[in-house]
Amino acid sequence: RYYEYMFGHSRRRRWGRRPLAARAEPELSELQVVIEAPEPGCDSHPHLASREAYHLIITEPVAILKAEEVWGALRGLETFSQLVHEDDYGGFLVNESEIYDFPRFAHRGILLDTSRHYLPLKSILTNLDAMAFNKFNVLHWHIVDDQSFPYQSTYFPELSDKGAYSCNLVYTPTEVRLVIEYARLRGIRVIPEFDTPGHTQSWGKGQKDLLTPCYNGKQPTGSFGPVNPILNTTYDFMTKFFKEISSVFPDKYIHLGGDEVDFSCWKSNPEVKEFMKKQGFGTDYAKLESYYIQKVLDIVSSYKKGQIVWQEVFDHKAQLKPDTVVQVWMENNYAHELSSVTGAGFTAVLAAPWYLDYISYGQDWKKYYSVEPLNFPGSEEQKKLLIGGEACLWGEFVDATNLTPRLWPRASAVGERLWSSSNVTDLQDAYKRLTNHRCRML
Amino acid sequence: AENEPSWGTPCTQLLVHVSTPGCDGFPNLDSKEGYNLTVSKGSMLLSADTIWGALRGLETFSQLVGRDENGTYCINETEIVDFPRFPHRGLLLDTSRHYLPLRAILETLDVMAYNKFNVFHWHIVDDPSFPYESSTFPELSKKGAFNAMTHVYTASDVRAVIEYARLRGIRVIPEFDTPGHTLSWGPGAPGLLTPCFVGKEPSGVYGPINPILNSTYQFVTGLFQEVSTVFPDFFLHLGGDEVDFTCWKSNPKIRAFMKEVGFGEDYRKLESLYIQRLLDIVSFLGKGYIVWQEVFDNEVKVRPDTIIHVWKENVMEYKEEMANVTRAGYQVLLSAPWYLNRISYGQDWREAYKVEPLDFQGVPEQKALVIGGEACMWGEYVDVTNLTPRLW
Repeated sequence: RYYEYMFGHSRRRRWGRRPLAARAEPELSELQVVIEAPEPGCDSHPHLASREAYHLIITEPVAILKAEEVWGALRGLETFSQLVHEDDYGGFLVNESEIYDFPRFAHRGILLDTSRHYLPLKSILTNLDAMAFNKFNVLHWHIVDDQSFPYQSTYFPELSDKGAYSCNLVYTPTEVRLVIEYARLRGIRVIPEFDTPGHTQSWGKGQKDLLTPCYNGKQPTGSFGPVNPILNTTYDFMTKFFKEISSVFPDKYIHLGGDEVDFSCWKSNPEVKEFMKKQGFGTDYAKLESYYIQKVLDIVSSYKKGQIVWQEVFDHKAQLKPDTVVQVWMENNYAHELSSVTGAGFTAVLAAPWYLDYISYGQDWKKYYSVEPLNFPGSEEQKKLLIGGEACLWGEFVDATNLTPRLWPRASAVGERLWSSSNVTDLQDAYKRLTNHRCRML
Repeated sequence: AENEPSWGTPCTQLLVHVSTPGCDGFPNLDSKEGYNLTVSKGSMLLSADTIWGALRGLETFSQLVGRDENGTYCINETEIVDFPRFPHRGLLLDTSRHYLPLRAILETLDVMAYNKFNVFHWHIVDDPSFPYESSTFPELSKKGAFNAMTHVYTASDVRAVIEYARLRGIRVIPEFDTPGHTLSWGPGAPGLLTPCFVGKEPSGVYGPINPILNSTYQFVTGLFQEVSTVFPDFFLHLGGDEVDFTCWKSNPKIRAFMKEVGFGEDYRKLESLYIQRLLDIVSFLGKGYIVWQEVFDNEVKVRPDTIIHVWKENVMEYKEEMANVTRAGYQVLLSAPWYLNRISYGQDWREAYKVEPLDFQGVPEQKALVIGGEACMWGEYVDVTNLTPRLW
């Protein structure tokens, strides 16, 4: 595909015909790609510790791209394709260069939300291409939420039968596999998020008794709240459900959500209140939330998967596993949150300043570019625990008709911030490169 | 007259009756767009005074047709008498900040028709680029377009837009904004723009059109003569907004002129001088004109049938401006609360919807001078890759 990117879109394509006059300049005839590790990784999936460094030496007659693993080769190939340019006569040129490059942060992600609005497969795949152009390596797939449940589960087909917007607005197992493979070929990890116990309205349609019935006094109101944490059936369901998820998604991590749990429904339910008393939680519903989350963390752990959670899970003092990753998303004083999370010894991923769904007039890419993720009070060891960040495009006002222009090229600013050195901060220089890059992506 | 189909048979025809045909003409500000639409068992009738009303009715009819679960097309029995509240319902596209390929403009015209817009305000040239290919002054686009081969509107492109619009009952009003917003005119028309000075030396930078040279008015006459012929609508938009006086002030010849004619330090008088001469030229060419509000604010003497376009956004400010403009007896167009290029998070369509154009201090005669408004999509951050989802 890189051949096509470099030579395929030529405005003056000269189908293999070489210029009649011999060219005076040195000619580059080959790019040799050398992968040095005994296990290059071509048949495996990328992961957090994948080596993405590469060494690119462009000189005549043969250029060399060296990387330890295939993931680094992919990054180098992207860079090489950006260096090749076309002159006015249809010739392709590249400057003699030597580049040694590697990412500053290992987790560089994009969050897509396919619950608020369904995104057709094509949108997702196009987006994976754009991510590869910007060296992003994680697709955080926020696949289900309150509004719809498009994930077609084999163990629980009713979830999407009843919970999707309609029967053709679903992701079949084949489509999910396609996304994972398309991503893998671009060195992109797919981390699915099955957000509970809040954000689960759509789950209740296909799974009776999963959600908590809300009460008005002694009567159920007919509406439902978060997942019901007091029933054994809940954990039986989660055990089976996450068994499927763990096998469908090859990445070592699953995002379990845990954000914005509204306690009012739990508070209204007499059985829940009874349970609170028995457990000695008093009226502290954060304890009930933590009780639930801990059990789900255990379930997912038992399938040998790591977990990522939104910051509330940490804030509400649930007992996390030592390798649980905390995603910081609340914008207010996020530097302080990063200190707390890393101070407590947990790995963190930063999303707070990069909610790209919050559009505004003008060149807002500059504010995304200017974020310095390590600008928080903390020791060297703490700073090492910030493994990266994610640009989030929540779907309340986004679907296939506006996804691409809304996400790109603004997300490119985040991509550079996460890959490049901390001293690459000049906005004017970035502007020049970003405008070129945008045209190239188009 | 056809035979009346009996009860239960499907409707197969929409009869369209137009009292005063005018299919070969162009829509104008006074066009009647009212229509009656009657759908009853066995007959469907759309009647309108003019073809323009029939177009509006056809759009409505197309929106009423639904489809049931079996795929059958159906329509409710209906009786509709409809007509627009305001006769000027416009959309501004900016093809200077970013070039918009023809297909983007045509697609926009389609969507305008779906929404019963009837004026395409084509802000065709401005500081960044001059894509309009002029037959009288070919150098303008040759030197002023982003790319003189690929980023221009040829005479045939322009004709295509005008005809495509006409078939949808949409007027095309071009805007050649002067004397400010004209940097791209400079390369193709040497001597047109004012050279700015630093002390006694020209700085190499240029400002607005030079209002003190005869050559300026010769040029303007030539250009607008062409524009008046190319664009059939009675109205032209002449701009007149955001004229920055600093360059004029820096130019010694202009300062000398100001002294000579006794304008002192009031450069608004110089702006007026230019604008008045421009308006005379355009009038003489048999066209009416629309100008941005500064022309009114700076007390330029304009003809009574000038249309003032209110755009400055401060809420209190625009309502006051509407009152002032109409009190002075001018017709007015409202755009201030409808700058759709100013995006923000969430359902901002509600703010646009809530605007009540007649909500300002004034007597009924004043309110009658509000002929409509325009949604504006300025192009600083807009091109073909994001125009449609940003506008609609």
